[in-house]
This record gives sequence, structure tokens and C-alpha cells, in this order.
Amino acid sequence: MSIDTEEARRVAKLARIRVEDAELPGLAAEFNTILGFIDALAEVDVEGVEPMTSVTPQRLKRREDVVTDGGQPEAILSNAPDAREGFFAVPKVVE
Amino acid sequence: MTALNELTIAEARDRLAARDITSVELTEACLTAIEDAGELGAFVHTAPETAREQARAADGAAERGALAGIPLGVKDLFCTRGVASQAGSRILEGFRPEYESTVTARLWASGAVMLGKLNMDEFAMGSSTESSVYGPTVNPWGGGDRTAGGSSGGSAAAVAAGLCLGATGTDTGGSIRQPAAFTGITGLKPTYGRCSRWGIVAFASSLDQAGPMARDVRDCAILLGAMSGHDPRDSTSADIPVPDFEAALTGDVRGKTIGVPREYRIDDMPEEIDRLWSEGRRMLEEAGARVVDVSLPHTKYALPAYYVIAPAEASSNLARYDGVRFGRRAELAQGDGIVEMYEKTRAEGFGAEVRRRVMVGTYVLSAGFYDAYYNRARKVRTLIRHDFEAVFADGVDAILTPTTPSAAFPLGAFAKADPVQMYLQDIFTVPVNLAGLPGISVPVGQDDSGLPLGLQLIGRPFGEGDLLDTAYALERQAGFVARPDRWW
Repeated sequence: MSIDTEEARRVAKLARIRVEDAELPGLAAEFNTILGFIDALAEVDVEGVEPMTSVTPQRLKRREDVVTDGGQPEAILSNAPDAREGFFAVPKVVE
Repeated sequence: MTALNELTIAEARDRLAARDITSVELTEACLTAIEDAGELGAFVHTAPETAREQARAADGAAERGALAGIPLGVKDLFCTRGVASQAGSRILEGFRPEYESTVTARLWASGAVMLGKLNMDEFAMGSSTESSVYGPTVNPWGGGDRTAGGSSGGSAAAVAAGLCLGATGTDTGGSIRQPAAFTGITGLKPTYGRCSRWGIVAFASSLDQAGPMARDVRDCAILLGAMSGHDPRDSTSADIPVPDFEAALTGDVRGKTIGVPREYRIDDMPEEIDRLWSEGRRMLEEAGARVVDVSLPHTKYALPAYYVIAPAEASSNLARYDGVRFGRRAELAQGDGIVEMYEKTRAEGFGAEVRRRVMVGTYVLSAGFYDAYYNRARKVRTLIRHDFEAVFADGVDAILTPTTPSAAFPLGAFAKADPVQMYLQDIFTVPVNLAGLPGISVPVGQDDSGLPLGLQLIGRPFGEGDLLDTAYALERQAGFVARPDRWW
């Protein structure tokens, strides 16, 4: 599989990372090096093998569906780049 | 007499208990050593006032915890309340957690003293601590031009240089064991689930595990005991008892079977690594263990599987760095909306390697490639675990391999190489994370230029006690006592 400049642009967009046009060919080349490396997986016979979901054979625990924590808006907002009146503030989302 | 900051944890603990020394003296010795070691780039945030306060409290306490008065360093990946926790990244500039990670909370509850935060590769992605926003860590060994390894390079350098008695690290693909090997210290990656991941900045959640880095096996056993245990806030943390790891240290390996996997004999293996490996085999035989050749047939697919799974999980985990809730937000231009905010923030907040891995992860998870890459990698991961299970089912107690394919390489060695060259550094350590097993690196020898070299022992799931005991036997046979010549 090979990635061209357009595909690199699409991936950067999906990842929400700005990449300038001039950098796209270099990025595509790096992707291709890495994909060339991971393409070795295609050689492995994985017929009938289950994909691993948990490395230790354990069931995830369940707990009561109740509120266990909360009521600390100041602590939650204390690291926000922009917080106003008890809310996270962001640029305009819809016109 | 050994300087206080050079003591092992066990020695310091015994002298503190005997009131021969105080934690305040011990802590001051470490703080002075840290101040004099700026050139190493090991500590990136210090907390001297907190440290002195904790030391005084430990000296005055009636009840003494397992780590009472012992000064430790903490990898920057752990969230520590009120103390900067940046994961070595620009995107977390200014972040001061309002909470404490479970592992560090347990350490402080055992009486340990927090000296500060330790350097690392950005978001633990790297093998040289050169991708850190703080600048690189320099290995105390080799006169100032060698990497301390990564990602827990700051932890390794700090322990090796006597800046702290022990440190926390984390290991997703070798990030405890490789830097431990490069700096002549001991580092243990526990079984997945042994230590809670709560409050540790997530890289690849199915692989990440915290563990101890210290001067010897006994100190790792002491630290692991304090760090381990079930935590309801991490649903993958194992709800099983924590044994007394230190009590398991007998050094008696008679009757044990040690496996040596033939697939780890890679092409172009440096002669000194090959020799070290044979030496380790001989040492364990001399101690009375039976050493047998074993096969782990899917070994060569471990790195490719890892470089699908780890970036995929990183791509999901790092989606939270959006410039809204914590850390840095980019300057926006007139008219920029929320998408521009995300894209600009993440472009300037993440370094090159992190951006690359997030995008590779996004790609392998995207529609059309999910089965070809991500699902296939997870199937290969199952096969890799089966390889280890088969060897252990044949009666092998531990597996002996080199920790790294070379001694500490020069800083900048991979600056111009393609990223895959750096990934190959993890060839002996990555399979252990994929299989969720415990692994420990023990310093065993030195190369021709005097740089330390380590061997890795891999144990059964949740068999850290037995693994530490085998490592203890290897440590005693190796008798590694060399220390770096001070140049900083």
C-alpha cells in the first residue's frame, strides 16, 4: 500500500493536525517507510486467530451505576486555557 | 563511606530505622546532587520545599511505612498534585494536576519523599529522551555524549548519577528496561495490571505499565511492593494479592529452568552483546539453573505489530489534547473557528515523533485499513502471547535475552535516520509488552569502552516474585559494581 500527498493530507485532517502543503510530500514518504515496515504482518497466517482484546484473561469489573465523584467545577476548570463563568470557552462553533 | 545520596534504598531504610541518619540529611544530599547535575538534564521540575516537608514528617513519624524517608524521583508522565506534569510535551505546558496518580499516591503513603519530576521522551514515544520539550537527558556514563535511553531516560540517569535513591518509570515497549541497561541500573516492567495506570498520562493503554528503576534488584522489589495493588479507578488493574517481593529474594535458582530463545539471535548482533548473553547463560548455569534453548516463532513480527497497535491507541488517547480543557492553546487568527483551533494547537503542541505516530495511528484505524492493519496486528499479538505461553507450559521459569541490541548510542545518532531505525532499538523488549509479561533488566557487564550492558529476564504473568529472585541470582553472579566517572 502506498500513500500519496492527497492521502497524507486526508490523514492529517482526520488527526486534526495542521500540516502545511510544502510538508505533505515529506510526510507521505515517512508514512510509506513505516507502512513498508508494518507490511511484514501480511506474511503471517492469522487464519482462525482471535484478535487480542485483553492481554490478561480477565473480565472487566462492573460497579453500581451511581455518581461517585463530582461537585468541583473550579478544580476541573483550573487548567483550562480559557474558562469563563464556570464553562470552558472555545471559538465560535456555529455561525 | 558511601555518600548518603549513593545509598541503596535497603541500606538507607536500615540506617534510617536505626536513627543512624535522618531523612532530612538524606533528602538534602539528594537535593544538592540534583542542583549540581543540571548538565544531565535528568530532573526537569523539582519540589524542594515539599521534599523537605515530607522528610521532616518521615523523621518525626511514629509509624514507619515501607519507604519512610526515602527520596525518590518521578517520571514526568505521572500526574502529581500541584507539581508540573507535562509528559515531556509542549502541549501540556503549564499543566498542574489537581489530583495524584495512584502509583505515586501509594509511594507517598508509604512514607517516600518526592524530589521532583524526571525527563522523558515526549508522551513516552522514543528511545533516547531526545524528543523531550525540555531537551535531552545525557547519560552519566561515557563522558557526556551518550543517550541515557528512553523513554524513561531521566529516571535512569538520575538513579545512575545518585540524584535519587530510586525512581518511577513507565514501559510501553521497553521504556524502563532499555534506559536501565544503558545506565547500569536495574529496571522492572511488571505484568500488565500489576500497577494501576490511573493518573499516568496514557500513551498505549493496552501496553503501558508503571514500574521501578533502582540501583539493584532488592530495591526494585521494595519499590514494586509499594507501587502495586488493585485500584478500582483502573478497571484493568488486577484484583489479586500483592506478595512480599523482597521476602522472595533467596538467590537460589537450583532446579529452575531458564529458556534462551533462538529467534533473539538477530542478524548483525554486535559481538559484545552476543558474548554478554553467553556470559549470562553461564552465570545462571553456575548458580545451578538448567538453561535450555527455546523457540518464540513469531518474534520477528512483534515490532511491526507494536508499530500498529501503539500508534492506534496513541491516536485515540491523544485526541484529548484539543486546547480546551488543559495545557496549551495556539494563538488564533481573526475568524479562526474551532477546527482551526484544534489543528493549530496540535500542530505546534506536539513534536515531530508524536505527530507522526498520531497520524500513523489515525491511518491504521481509518475506514478501509482497519482490518488490514489494526485487526491483523491484534491477531499477531495473540500469536506472540501464545508463543510465550507454550514455552512456560513446557516448564520454563524465565527467559534470558539481551535487553538492547547495543550499548548506549551517541546523542543525535538517529537524527538523520528514518524513524524505523530508532524503532529497531526495542526489538528485545517489545514482545514482552505485547504479551503483558513482567521483564527486568539487570546490569551484567561493560563494553570495550566501559559502557554498561544489561540482560533481560522475562517471567510468567504475575510471577514478579520468582522473576526478581532469578534476577537476584544473576545480579550476584555478575557482581556489577562499576559506577560512572563523574564529568558533570
